[in-house]
Amino acid sequence: MTTILEVKNLSKRYPSGLQALNDVSLSIERGEILALLGPNGAGKTTLISIICGLVNPGSGSVSVDGYDVVRDYRKTRSKIGLVPQELSINMFDTVWNTLRFSRGVFGKPANDDYLEEVLRSLTLWDKRDEQLQSLSGGMKRRVLIAKALAHEPEILFLDEPTAGVDVELRRDMWRLIAKLRSQGVTIILTTHYIEEAEEIADRISIIRGGEIVLTENKDQLMKQLGKKQLILHLQTPVTSLPPEFDDFEIDYDAAAQRLTYTYDSNSQKNRVTEVLGALNRADIMLSDVRTEQTSLEQIFVNLVEARA
Amino acid sequence: MNWYAIKAIYLSELARTWRTPMQSIASPVLSTSLYFIVFGSAIGSAMASIDGISYGAFIVPGLIMLMVLTESTSNSSFGIYMPKWSGAIYEILSAPVSAFEIVVGYVGAAASKSLILGVIILLTARVFVDYSIMHPFWMVLFLFLTAVTFSLLGFIIGVMADGFERLQAIPLMVVTPLAFLGGTFYSISMLPDFWQKVTLFNPVVYLVSGFRWSFYGVADVSIVWSLVMICSFLALFLVIIWWVFRTGYKVKV
Repeated sequence: MTTILEVKNLSKRYPSGLQALNDVSLSIERGEILALLGPNGAGKTTLISIICGLVNPGSGSVSVDGYDVVRDYRKTRSKIGLVPQELSINMFDTVWNTLRFSRGVFGKPANDDYLEEVLRSLTLWDKRDEQLQSLSGGMKRRVLIAKALAHEPEILFLDEPTAGVDVELRRDMWRLIAKLRSQGVTIILTTHYIEEAEEIADRISIIRGGEIVLTENKDQLMKQLGKKQLILHLQTPVTSLPPEFDDFEIDYDAAAQRLTYTYDSNSQKNRVTEVLGALNRADIMLSDVRTEQTSLEQIFVNLVEARA
Repeated sequence: MNWYAIKAIYLSELARTWRTPMQSIASPVLSTSLYFIVFGSAIGSAMASIDGISYGAFIVPGLIMLMVLTESTSNSSFGIYMPKWSGAIYEILSAPVSAFEIVVGYVGAAASKSLILGVIILLTARVFVDYSIMHPFWMVLFLFLTAVTFSLLGFIIGVMADGFERLQAIPLMVVTPLAFLGGTFYSISMLPDFWQKVTLFNPVVYLVSGFRWSFYGVADVSIVWSLVMICSFLALFLVIIWWVFRTGYKVKV
């Protein structure tokens, strides 16, 4: 894998005095999907805006495929497509004309066959002659994606792509993102939906207060930070746990007759077998057994709260 | 040079005109025709000639200039302000396009629209009054320079405006009064001495005077001064636009 986007020691202070980014460094591999997670005001949009050219950088550097975003802006911007969070489009344009405009403004000659392909892949082909104002919110969002793809970018930025869209469209978006990745497009998305990052991202970057808290492979992150719980529902009512369990860190909810053993899913030294053995020795019968893995959302909340 | 971007912006802006023919073309042509009918044919026929030119023919260059000034300013300011207002400007700012190319696209389209309108009004005027064009080359040059210069002014207004009221303030409160008081309907030699001197501070006087000279060979001020003034405004507006993009004022932070 080669690096396609390199952010080095990037800082940005707005004229209002707000320090939006503070010494941010980030490296993104070609063809991966990176989810940028962070609470409101964390600096996600500022970071994307600097990379795309919407906001002037402060100190530090950003390079796309080896080209500096300020010095070589023509080269870097032609490689990037941006889907903004807001539905920012000329509502009086037709779908077809707005796509042709996007392709042209990014310096590409007309290619109606390619634009047709983009529209068909987003199920917009039948709407090509309609004005944007007549489309539904979900369709407008698809148009924004089509516009961002009109110049065949190598990197696609999606700023909250599924904010305010229904579940069906969200699933459609995820399928589309997976398809784009399979075509070699590098995707960076910001999202509030942790499940979205969990579903589609290869790596997760967490940003808070203008600083990158961590960047990690998603599966690795869940392994490293994820806790697993063994939840046992007792068939035999007991008011308190017998002495066999004194040696374990176990929560017992007498009212629910539920026993919860929390362990590190990454560790080979967990004591699940011993817990089950202790139950057997105490002659306690079970009505149900299940396990739960810490979600990315819990990991995210823990990390953000830990650094607050 | 990103020619595709210039073409895309230019055609997109012109498309706005074709989408709204009543507002963009019919309305200014109709309102200017009313001036020709009322001041040219009706009242003009009862008025004495000025510098040997019938009053109806005398006001033709001024009225064309009045329309080109106001349309250039409003077309251009509206053209750049709308994407700013709707947020669609993000696409231009994130595209591999220079400030110069953005200006050429927007200002070129606004100036083209004004020139098209100017020609339509020139042809329409022929229906109501008889006029001649003594120096066609200079007439085209003045029309072109005025359209470009005031499209640049409109672009500056559109970039700096932070609301629809401010967008319209300068065209309505400054440009239109200056155009009316710039010798559109009269020769400044008809004014008292004091007001003649005051009028010379009105930049539109030089534009109308030069443009009228290209029609009839008579002018309130020297043709050289007219050219110097229009070129000075062009240069001034270019410098302001350069400063706007250099500092990112109200475009980027």
